Amino acid sequence: MQRKKATDLRELRVAITGGTSGLGLALVHLLTARGACVAFVARTASAVERTAAETGAYGIVGDVARKTDIYPIAMQIAGTLGGLDVLVNNASSLGPVPLALLADTECEELEAALAVNLVGAFRLTKALFGALAASARDRRGALVINISSDAAVNAYPGWGAYGASKAALAHMTAIWDEEAKDHGVRFLAVDPGDMDTPLHALAVPDADTSTLKHPNTAAAEIIGKMLAALPIAVEERTGAEA
Amino acid sequence: MIAADHPDRRSARLLVVEADGSIRNLPRAALAALFGPADLIVANDAATLPASLAGIRTATGQPVEIRLAGWVSAADPTRFAAIAFGAGDYRMRTEDRPSPPALSPGDCLQLGPLKAVVERVLDHPRLVELRFTGDPQALLAGIARHGRPIQYAHVPEPLALWDVWTAIAAEPVSFEPPSAGFALDWHTLANWRQRGAGFMTLTHAAGISSTGDPVLDQRLPFDEPYHIPDTTAAAVFRAKSQGRRIIAIGTTVVRALEAAAKPDGGVHAGMGLASGRIGRETRLSVVDAILTGVHQPGESHFELLRAFAGDTQLDRISATLDRNGYRAHEFGDSMLLERWRPALPRESDRARSALSISA
Repeated sequence: MQRKKATDLRELRVAITGGTSGLGLALVHLLTARGACVAFVARTASAVERTAAETGAYGIVGDVARKTDIYPIAMQIAGTLGGLDVLVNNASSLGPVPLALLADTECEELEAALAVNLVGAFRLTKALFGALAASARDRRGALVINISSDAAVNAYPGWGAYGASKAALAHMTAIWDEEAKDHGVRFLAVDPGDMDTPLHALAVPDADTSTLKHPNTAAAEIIGKMLAALPIAVEERTGAEA
Repeated sequence: MIAADHPDRRSARLLVVEADGSIRNLPRAALAALFGPADLIVANDAATLPASLAGIRTATGQPVEIRLAGWVSAADPTRFAAIAFGAGDYRMRTEDRPSPPALSPGDCLQLGPLKAVVERVLDHPRLVELRFTGDPQALLAGIARHGRPIQYAHVPEPLALWDVWTAIAAEPVSFEPPSAGFALDWHTLANWRQRGAGFMTLTHAAGISSTGDPVLDQRLPFDEPYHIPDTTAAAVFRAKSQGRRIIAIGTTVVRALEAAAKPDGGVHAGMGLASGRIGRETRLSVVDAILTGVHQPGESHFELLRAFAGDTQLDRISATLDRNGYRAHEFGDSMLLERWRPALPRESDRARSALSISA
């Protein structure tokens, strides 16, 4: 039950799902390097241990698609960080791999994409909403960043399960932002752009990776948006020795 | 005594007892419209640990259930006061459970993935102090995965963590839910905000509330650590100096605010330890009204209400609750009890809120 003023990035408490690869891993690296208190979630114990050892972040083994994993995950996040300022729902499922036309997509594959990208993000956010609202009451600010995609907006053939689930996530984000404003909790859907990540390689195995954004670049942009959306200015958080 | 009906928070009811003793029966949903600019509501945002850990006494293999019951020290998250039970689980009434294996200092327990050592046996064979081996993060992960919420025989289905976290639950430091908070949802909080009522929280690590053992229950509640944020302390001071009412959501909030009370009508911010019982001898200096569950005479939660109302008034309240079939378990109905101030007109009474009247 320790409380400190969030006057610099060192006291920013961030949780990231899907934290052992791609954008999530880049966020864990960048945020820990800047001194934030970070907890991350991923399914594979060995990958969680590796990322925790590399970064010093708190690793939590769990699957956001499993209902019974959500509260144990939320409890570990709020318990290790002593509360929560920022939740990044980054873990994503493509649905069918390789990508498939909707008419060729199994119902279970669509359900699997929704379970991670929409329902998992909903459940974890709901479980942590009390912690986020407490942070807002404490004037630290509170923010949920949901990682979206241009596939949520544009109708790309083959991206049906993923695109539909991300579109639903983006709309849920917009509605939740309206509802939670009064409680001081902000919601942001962010499209990081096409990145050179394991997920992208699964979706487009023959992509020219030189045309893709490095996940570190996207992570740095997201951290910029994160700090801009929190009530305490970046200069204050980073200590800016001014 | 405890209703075995299924929890149904949407159909719950609310008994409102005003300062002049008048009583109203309302649907609990009416709570949203009961408060306004003259009120500051303070709730406990502690989330609840799954504090029941099944396992064995390592040396003998005898089954044991450990219920973590309180923190030994707020500074050390690996040490707990705990109640030990023998074979069986919550489906068996606590009173009927076999005794735990005899435990001595140094005994090791294997509780799923967790290892604990008995540090002390207190003055009751069920009551021990434990230290878990390993780092605090592994302990938290082990409790998260292996622990079950503490529960009692009146709810037959196994409870999940989502059943015992209130809507405002934040940091997991409680051993049982601060159950008065089950009356709150975000719709209600939004309504209060629109009506101009203040809403703030503190974090109070509620310990175990009942063991089924009358001798042990005499010792409850244990000392409980709490944290009052600066923002909450400032809001309480402002409200008191403006003569607004402080509404405590649950007995844990009363314990924390009264333990932290300052002579100027405010409360100390920061960490503190609530010790001792609040009862008929207590002069409340901060809290004006309590929202609580329905409790039975003798339970520590009920005895705390004696600080708010005299015996005659509480007898009348209990009779009304009984007559109207209010549900008395932690997922049951609610009561809003304003501190008894019979002879004084309300407004002038509020101005004198530092005074306490024991009826």
